[in-house]
Amino acid sequence: MFEEFKWLPDQASTVAPEVDMLMLFIVVVTVFITALVTVLTLGFAVAFRRKSESYIPAPWFGCIPLEIGWTLIPVGICLVMFSWGVKVYSNIVIPPADAMEIYAVGRQWMWKIQHPEGQREINALHVPIGRPVKVTLTSEDVIHCFSIPAFRVKQDVVPGRYSSLWFQATKAGTYQLFCSEYCGTEHSRMIGKVIVMEEADYQKWLSEGAESGQALQGRKLYTKLQCVTCHTGNAEAKAPNLEGIYRKHIPISHIDGVKIKDGTKVFADDSYIRESILYPNAKVAAGWESIMPTYQGLVTEEELLQVIAYIKALNQGQTPPRTEETPTPATIQNKNPNKEVN
Amino acid sequence: MATVGLESKTFEKFADVVGHDDDLNYLNHDHSVLSWLFTLDHKRIGLLYLVTITLMFLLGGALAGAIRLELLTPKGDFLTADTYNKAFTAHGIIMLFFFLIPSIPAVLGNFLVPLMIGAKDVAFPRLNLFSYYLYFAGSVIALTALLLGGVDTGWTFYTPFSSTYSNSYVIVMAVGLFVVGFSSILTGLNFIITVHRMRCPGLTWFRLPLFIWGIYATSVVQLLGTPVIAVTLGLLGVERTLGVGIFDPRLGGDPILFQHLFWFYSHPAVYIMILPSLGVTSEVIATFSRKNVFGYHIIAFSSIAIAVFGFIVWAHHMFTTGISPYAAMVFSLLTFSVAIPSGIKVFSWLATMYGGSISFGTPMIYAFGFLGLFTIGGMTGLFLSTLGTDIHLHDTYFIVAHFHYIMVGGAIMGYMAAIHYWWPKMTGRLYSEFWGKLSAGITFIGFNFTFFPQFILGYLGMPRRYYEYPDEFQVLNVFSTAGATILAVGYLMPLVYMPYSFFFGEKANSNPYGGSTLEWTNTTSPPSPHNFEKTPVVTEEPYHYHAKEAAVVSH
Amino acid sequence: MSAIKETVQDHGQHHHKDLAHHFDTLEQQHDANTLGMWAFLLTEVLFFGGLFAAYTIYRYKYSAMFEEASNHLDIKLGATNTVILILSSLTMALAVRCSQTGNSLWTGRWLLITIAFGLMFLGVKYFEWKHDYHIHLMPGKDWSGKDWWHWQYAKKAKDMEKEAHSKGSAEHSFPDRKDVLADNDPSLGVRGIQESQQARLFFLLYFCMTSLHALHMLVGFVLIGIIAYFAYQGAYSPDYYSPVENIGLYWHFVDIVWIFLFPLLYLLGAHMGH
Repeated sequence: MFEEFKWLPDQASTVAPEVDMLMLFIVVVTVFITALVTVLTLGFAVAFRRKSESYIPAPWFGCIPLEIGWTLIPVGICLVMFSWGVKVYSNIVIPPADAMEIYAVGRQWMWKIQHPEGQREINALHVPIGRPVKVTLTSEDVIHCFSIPAFRVKQDVVPGRYSSLWFQATKAGTYQLFCSEYCGTEHSRMIGKVIVMEEADYQKWLSEGAESGQALQGRKLYTKLQCVTCHTGNAEAKAPNLEGIYRKHIPISHIDGVKIKDGTKVFADDSYIRESILYPNAKVAAGWESIMPTYQGLVTEEELLQVIAYIKALNQGQTPPRTEETPTPATIQNKNPNKEVN
Repeated sequence: MATVGLESKTFEKFADVVGHDDDLNYLNHDHSVLSWLFTLDHKRIGLLYLVTITLMFLLGGALAGAIRLELLTPKGDFLTADTYNKAFTAHGIIMLFFFLIPSIPAVLGNFLVPLMIGAKDVAFPRLNLFSYYLYFAGSVIALTALLLGGVDTGWTFYTPFSSTYSNSYVIVMAVGLFVVGFSSILTGLNFIITVHRMRCPGLTWFRLPLFIWGIYATSVVQLLGTPVIAVTLGLLGVERTLGVGIFDPRLGGDPILFQHLFWFYSHPAVYIMILPSLGVTSEVIATFSRKNVFGYHIIAFSSIAIAVFGFIVWAHHMFTTGISPYAAMVFSLLTFSVAIPSGIKVFSWLATMYGGSISFGTPMIYAFGFLGLFTIGGMTGLFLSTLGTDIHLHDTYFIVAHFHYIMVGGAIMGYMAAIHYWWPKMTGRLYSEFWGKLSAGITFIGFNFTFFPQFILGYLGMPRRYYEYPDEFQVLNVFSTAGATILAVGYLMPLVYMPYSFFFGEKANSNPYGGSTLEWTNTTSPPSPHNFEKTPVVTEEPYHYHAKEAAVVSH
Repeated sequence: MSAIKETVQDHGQHHHKDLAHHFDTLEQQHDANTLGMWAFLLTEVLFFGGLFAAYTIYRYKYSAMFEEASNHLDIKLGATNTVILILSSLTMALAVRCSQTGNSLWTGRWLLITIAFGLMFLGVKYFEWKHDYHIHLMPGKDWSGKDWWHWQYAKKAKDMEKEAHSKGSAEHSFPDRKDVLADNDPSLGVRGIQESQQARLFFLLYFCMTSLHALHMLVGFVLIGIIAYFAYQGAYSPDYYSPVENIGLYWHFVDIVWIFLFPLLYLLGAHMGH
């Protein structure tokens, strides 16, 4: 048990040294204050111990300079910690624009991870060294928390919405991946490994046993789920053209069925696409009827991510033609009887 | 050796005035069981609480023992995963709602508030008894939930796990907490009115003992916070029963809303636990330093400030849920505001000791322990209010260590100091100083041994609520479990020597420690059924030791 | 603290039959009772506050469906109940006034009249709930998204009829029931699940809030009844009337809660457009 023991956690991401510096600063300040309080307590206890039963000490009601001092100095210290903390926090939460994206889905009790190139892994995450990585997270059931101590990052994974975290690994090796939000019986077994690899190794790993790419899976779903019936991308379309819309600002006309001001736009990110698939009525693109059915209960969180990956990759003129193999809506629905009628 | 050096000649004369010994007192004026079960006397109700919460503490402590034993090894070999989850849930619920929240307010608040303000009883004695029975009923319901099979949601009841996925007795437990919540509300209400309307002549607000200020601030939090958790648990019950989505996103609800409502109460609840201990510390330090409290007004106001700030910092429990970064920054800044009044209190206590005449009775040793552990607990709070470090430390053992330093190191050390300080008043007997000091020392050492390694564990990344963990965390867990056995000894010792002293202890005079507040100066030990022979009249500020002697230094 | 002994009032000597032993004066007792009731009402405000917070958040999040769902409540019954409850507050105020002037008989009578108004309120509420139950608006197991959409169909048809009438046009066509359902029936796996869920959330909050309010009224009946009994016994006098005053405060609080519930639940604004 002593072999594996260490006093300090691995420092394997770009933010880790920043967090540790801040940590060290707070440690120094708090150790100093705690030591001061301890020394004064013990010192006073000895120096002013009761020497005579009849002695009544002179009172001391207050001392304005002293009191201002021990109010303002802590205020100053707190403000330094606060500002420094905000600076480090900003680096932790704001991902660089060029980060590569990986998707992770939490469920009781495992992590399912998908790379854009199509690799899927369970309870393991392979990442290259030196490249910023953004992990988009969601949950199929309860709240989980995606936590990599060696990178000093952590993000709750909340069902029904996307959250994300980012990191840039700096040291090759294998690190712990924990679920750190209590999620039921096997919470403590919802752990995995993060494997940080040299770029070349990572590319090699990617090419080994790759299934078809995530976007390719999404393309299959795009026809299978009948998206292509309306989002044809041509003149017959009954729904907006999805080519090249990802991360664009697109005009919308209705929110939850209520007409809104003309010219309102929405940012077409992952969350918006997800919402539009599950709650088509939530934000309707301007100029289109709200005729789309909901896909709630018809697609899994993983499939959603694949469709989003596909829409993301969908460029001008790439919408596939509708084929006869595409099943009719009735078939899809019969295959996935919706239990959510109540 | 018990009282040598503690009895002060200076104060004996006051003791003589009120008289003592074999007079009729609140303990012996009626011996029947019914006279206890249906008593309206605040002092007897305080003792009823004392017995009940001690039993709950033993149960919660046994569960803590089971948890620590399981964590001795990395693999799950003592408990199953489910049992472990139910054990830490039950430990949290029992210790928080059934021990810590009623500890000082219900036991000592009941016993002392009327005595300290020169009243014959609390404002609503029947309501007071009703609160006790609500607490009792809540405990019975909660224990029923445990006996039926327990609850595995964690004491935080996070949705949608608690509302949809957990197959345990969440609703029964929620009902128990709902009931005990109303006990807490009504107790707080009673004390607020008592302090407002029942003070004896001359006892103005700024002549109140600081313990009363602490209890008053606590009561305000109980009154304003508890109803929110009650209605939140009610909604959770409705969601579970009807399968309607209030908090489950699959059904259109918002799981984060639950966290907001939950922490709106549960963060201030921490101050319900710690504020009374802060009040106790002021009393004990003043008495054992035989000196007025430095910065009385500031200490009084800082209690109120902590109570108020406590209501606007709740979202610091949610920095990693994906709340807006701007909200996180605001709540981080607000959280630091709690540190300032806490720091002021600690420094003011040090200044109180400065130049005093300090004796080392058991309560003072406990108060020293409190000072050390509360300081560490408060200081480690800074790591968690700082956004940059909180992300890494959130939901790890660092958090576990931090809140145990505050709630066990702070609140329970304060509670122990209080019980030891007022024991002679409650029972009319003196406990053994030797065993008292020994238990204070063992508790302090055992506590640090148990919880300090957990700070490091948390920094290394060990998540909380894990019943199995990677091997590299074992060394520190072994330390922690070893410390827990020492801590258990420290907590069990008073359970022997305190009851022993109740029957066989040396008789206490009315003011064995030389306290300066009304319960010491104007009543017998134990007090008579109606507290005061004559309604006292107060003419000066509390802790005026120097006024008793000619040697007053002018200011 | 000073240890000066001075007799303010020897313990145990009661100067007034209504003075509890632990109070010194009637005035102190009255102040304590009144302040106690205010503190209790403060805690009640926060108790309802949790529900109002949940309501506000979902009202904002799902504003369209909340307005839609609100249309299914009967605004006339709600308004009638509002008037009844305000009247009951008036009679309660009169009861308090009578107790202050020492008119025991009318104190009792006004209290009983207050209970009568309260019962009327609950009577109306009972029929409202019963109706909601029959049309499957109970948010529990009886809730059916399908029924919700039948409702929507009926409403849509009514609207089109109205529109046709206002245009003076003789020819108007109801939307084909099948069309509406094909679009909206969740059991057909098409749009509507989430709308149905949102409407259900509205009705859940509606039932939680109104039944918690009704529960407060039931508690009020019992307390008013007891106090009315004592009033007839002549227990209250200009010296001692705080129980009547306190039950008055409680009843006014119950009234005020309803004054907030009525616009939030019934008058969401959607009615105005129709």
